[in-house]
Amino acid sequence: MHGIAAYGVYVPYWRLDRKAIAAALGAPSGSGTRAVASYDEDTTSLGVEAARAALRAAPGLRPEALYFATATPAYLDKTNATAIHAALGLDGSSLACDMVGSVRSGAGALRAALQGGGPTLVVLSDIRTGLPGGGDEREGGDGAAAFLCADDAREAPVVAEPVAFASATAEFLERWRLPGDAASRQWEERFGEHAYGPLGEAAVTDALKRAGVTAPAINHWIIAGPHARAGKRLAASVGAMKGTVADDLGATIGNTGTAHAGLLLANALDAAEPDQLVAVVSLADGCDVTIWRTTPALATRRPRAKVASQLAGGGQVSYPTFLTWRGFLRREPPRRPDPQAPEAPPAARAEAWKFAFTGSRCQACGTRHLPPQRVCVKCHAVDRMAPERLADVPATIATFTVDRLAYSLSPPVVAAVIDFEGGGRFQCELTDVDPAAVKIGDRVEMTFRRLLTAGGVHNYFWKARPLTGGK
Amino acid sequence: MASNGIRDRVAIVGMGCTAFGEHWDKGVNDLLVDAANEALASAGVALSDIDAFWLGTLFSGQSGLTLSRPLKIDYKPVSRLENYCATGSEAFRNACYAVASGAYDVAMAIGVEKLKDSGVSGLPNIGAAGDGTKAPLTAPAMFSLLAPAYAKKFGVDDATLKEVMTRIAWKNHKNGALNPRAQFRKEVPKDTIACSPLVAGPLGIFDCSGVSDGSAAAIVVRAEDARRYTDTPLYVKALSFIAGPAAGPIDPDYDYTTFPEVVASAVDAYAQAGIKDPRAELAMAEVHDCFTPTELVLMEDLGFAARGTGWKEVLAGTFDLDGELAVNPDGGLKSFGHPIGASGLRMLFEAWLQLRGEAGKRQIASVARGRKLALTHNLGGAPGECVSFVGVVGSEPSG
Repeated sequence: MHGIAAYGVYVPYWRLDRKAIAAALGAPSGSGTRAVASYDEDTTSLGVEAARAALRAAPGLRPEALYFATATPAYLDKTNATAIHAALGLDGSSLACDMVGSVRSGAGALRAALQGGGPTLVVLSDIRTGLPGGGDEREGGDGAAAFLCADDAREAPVVAEPVAFASATAEFLERWRLPGDAASRQWEERFGEHAYGPLGEAAVTDALKRAGVTAPAINHWIIAGPHARAGKRLAASVGAMKGTVADDLGATIGNTGTAHAGLLLANALDAAEPDQLVAVVSLADGCDVTIWRTTPALATRRPRAKVASQLAGGGQVSYPTFLTWRGFLRREPPRRPDPQAPEAPPAARAEAWKFAFTGSRCQACGTRHLPPQRVCVKCHAVDRMAPERLADVPATIATFTVDRLAYSLSPPVVAAVIDFEGGGRFQCELTDVDPAAVKIGDRVEMTFRRLLTAGGVHNYFWKARPLTGGK
Repeated sequence: MASNGIRDRVAIVGMGCTAFGEHWDKGVNDLLVDAANEALASAGVALSDIDAFWLGTLFSGQSGLTLSRPLKIDYKPVSRLENYCATGSEAFRNACYAVASGAYDVAMAIGVEKLKDSGVSGLPNIGAAGDGTKAPLTAPAMFSLLAPAYAKKFGVDDATLKEVMTRIAWKNHKNGALNPRAQFRKEVPKDTIACSPLVAGPLGIFDCSGVSDGSAAAIVVRAEDARRYTDTPLYVKALSFIAGPAAGPIDPDYDYTTFPEVVASAVDAYAQAGIKDPRAELAMAEVHDCFTPTELVLMEDLGFAARGTGWKEVLAGTFDLDGELAVNPDGGLKSFGHPIGASGLRMLFEAWLQLRGEAGKRQIASVARGRKLALTHNLGGAPGECVSFVGVVGSEPSG
C-alpha cells in the first residue's frame, strides 16, 4: 500500500467577490470570495500547476502512472492526462489516464493510486460554475491538488499513510449534467441531504472501525462534497472533537468539486503534526472515507506554496469578466483575423517544447536556446544540442508591450521578452498581471496555460507570470 | 564575403505610382494596370518593350500570373516574389540584377498590395499556426518592444519618448499633406497624435503606418542605354539586402534598441555607393517608418544620428523637410500608406521626383544646392528578426 510521498496545490490568481454577483443580478448575496480560473486556464492546466508543486516537493521520485480526475474535462474522447504528462516531462513509458466526468472520480483516483505498483501521481482538478445567479456559480471555486503516492522509502519517505478506507454507494439523482451542457442540475436540496445522511454515517462508522479508533481520536476531520448542507449535517453528527472539523475554505476559495477533498487534505497536511490522524470524508454519489496517519517526514517535505498562502489570491475579477471567461457572456471580438488552431503534426513534433518547455543547450559553447534549435545562434555548431527543460527557471523582463489589437478572450495581451537565469531568451505572453505595473527588470516564472481554443482545439503552452516567491 | 554592387550599371528610366489609400473601387488588377501604365508612359515605352518582370506582393497574389493576367503580357518571364514588408525593394533589386547581368535589356519591377479587402484591422495572419507556441503579437506590438528598451538604455523618460514619437508622426503627416498621392493628406496636430487611442505599448493609432491599397512600378535599363529613354535617369548606386539570423528573440545579447540587419545593409550600401558621411551627402532618405519608434531607431542605424542621440535630433527638426537631412519627404509609410509590396518602389518614386526636381511643394532645397543622392530603406519582420534593404540612387553617374 502506498502513502503520500508529496503533495501540491494550485489555486488560481483571481477571486470573484460574491457581492459582485448580487450587485449585478439582484440575486441572493453571498459573502466572501471564490477562486476563479483565468481565461487561459482549464482543468488540465490547473492540474499541471498542482502537479508541478507536488513533484518539486519530491525531487528524484518519478511517477510511473498518472491519474487525472475532474468533473470538467477539457476534452472528451481524448485523454487529458497525456497533456499533463507531457507538461511535466514524464517518461514516455508511464501510464497516463483520465478518471473524469463526476466529482467522485477524485476519491476513486486517489484510492486507485494507493493500491501499489510504482510511484503514482494523482491530479485532482476542477472548474466549478453554473448558470448566472445560481448557487453553483456563487459557492463553487476553481483549483487543483496533486498527490504523489509511493511506498515509504528512506530517500523518499511518505508524509501520510492510509490507515483505513471505507465506502458507501447508492444510486440516486441528486446532481447531474448532460454532456455538452453548460451547467449542472440539482434535485431539491433536502432530498440530497436525506440521501447522503445514512451513506455518510455508514462509511464513517465503517472506517473508524477498520482503523480501530473512535471519532474523538481523529485530529482533523475533512468533510467535502458538492452538497454543502449534507456535509454540514454529517460534520455535526460524526462525533468530532471541538475544533477538529477543518475549515471548508468556502469563504475564500469556494467548493472546488473534484479537487476539494484533496485541497482540504493538503491544507490539513500543511499544518498537521506528525503521528496525527486525518479523516477525509468525501460525499459525492455515495461516501468515501480515508483515515490517514501523518509521519515525521511531513515537516521536511511540504510544498513551497502552502494552501494558506494561496487563499487570498492576487487579483479581483469583475463579474462581467468572470461571465466572459466562463462563456456565459459573449463579447464583440476585435476586428482581427480569427485565432488559428495549432496543427496536430507540428504540435506532436514539438511535444517537448510545447508541453514541457524544453529548449536546447549547445554542447559546444553552452548557449541555451528557446525554442530548441539545431544550429547554435552563437557558435553555429550544428546538431550539438542537448535538451534542457526551463519550466522551473525564473527569468527577467528585457522589454515588454501591451497589445490592445491582438485577439484575446481577455484583452489586452501583455507580452514580454524574458531572459532566463543562466541564459536563454524567449518572447511570450504574460498572465496574472496588471498591465500597468509591468517594468523592465521584473522577475517572472513560467506557468502552463491554455492560450486559446480555436476550431475545437485547445492550444496549450507556457506563459510567464510575476514571480510569486512561495509558489 | 564579397558584396561588389552594381554601381552605375543600371538606371531607372520611368516610374509610376498610384495614389495609396482605401481603393474600394479598384482591385489588385486595376492597381497593377494603373502603376504599370504610368511607368511605361513615363519611360516612353510600350509593354512589349519590357523583356522581363518582377512582381512583389506579400498577400495579394501568387505567381507571375498575378501580373501577366491583368496586363496581358505575351509570353515573357514574370517572377513573383515576397520578402515581408521589403518586398517592393526586393522586386526592384532583382530586376536591376537581371539588367546588369545582360540577360535582359529592359525590366520592370512592380509591387502591389490590396490590404483593405480583408475586413480586419492591421495585417492578416501570415502562415499557419504550426505548433501554436509563437506569441500572437500584432505588428505594432512587435515594434513597440523598441520603445521601453530605447528609453531605458538612453535614459529618456516616458513623456519625452512619447514626444519624440509624436514629432515623427507629426512631421510625416506634415510632409504627406503636401503629397497628392498620399493616403492621409492633412497635417495632424501634435495633441491629436499624442492623445490618440493606444494600440500597443505607448503607440497610439497615429504612431502606426496607414493600412492601404496601392501599386508602384519602375522600369530599369543598362546605364549606357538610359539616355535613349530620358534626359534625367536615376542611376542605381547601391542595392543591399540582408536577412538576419532572427537571433533577437532568442539571444539575450540583443537589446531591442537597434536593427543589426539595418546596420549591416547600410554599411554595405554605403560601401557600394562610396558614401562616407550619409547625413552630409544624401539629399533625402525614405525610411521604413512602419511605427514611429522604428523611424527613431533607423536614424541611428542608418548613421544619420549618433547612437543614443536620434531622439534629440528628431526633436531638433534635423529630419524635417527643411532640416539638415529630409527623411520621408513624401510622408512615409505613416502618411503615404503602406501597401506592403508597393512600399519599396513608392520610396524610389519619391527619390525619382525629388532628384529630378519634380516634387512640387515638397521639393527639397538641397537638391538645387547640388545634393544628388537619395536613400531608400525598407524593412520586413520585427525587431531582432528582420530583413533589411538599403538602396541608393543618384541623378548623375560617378565621374
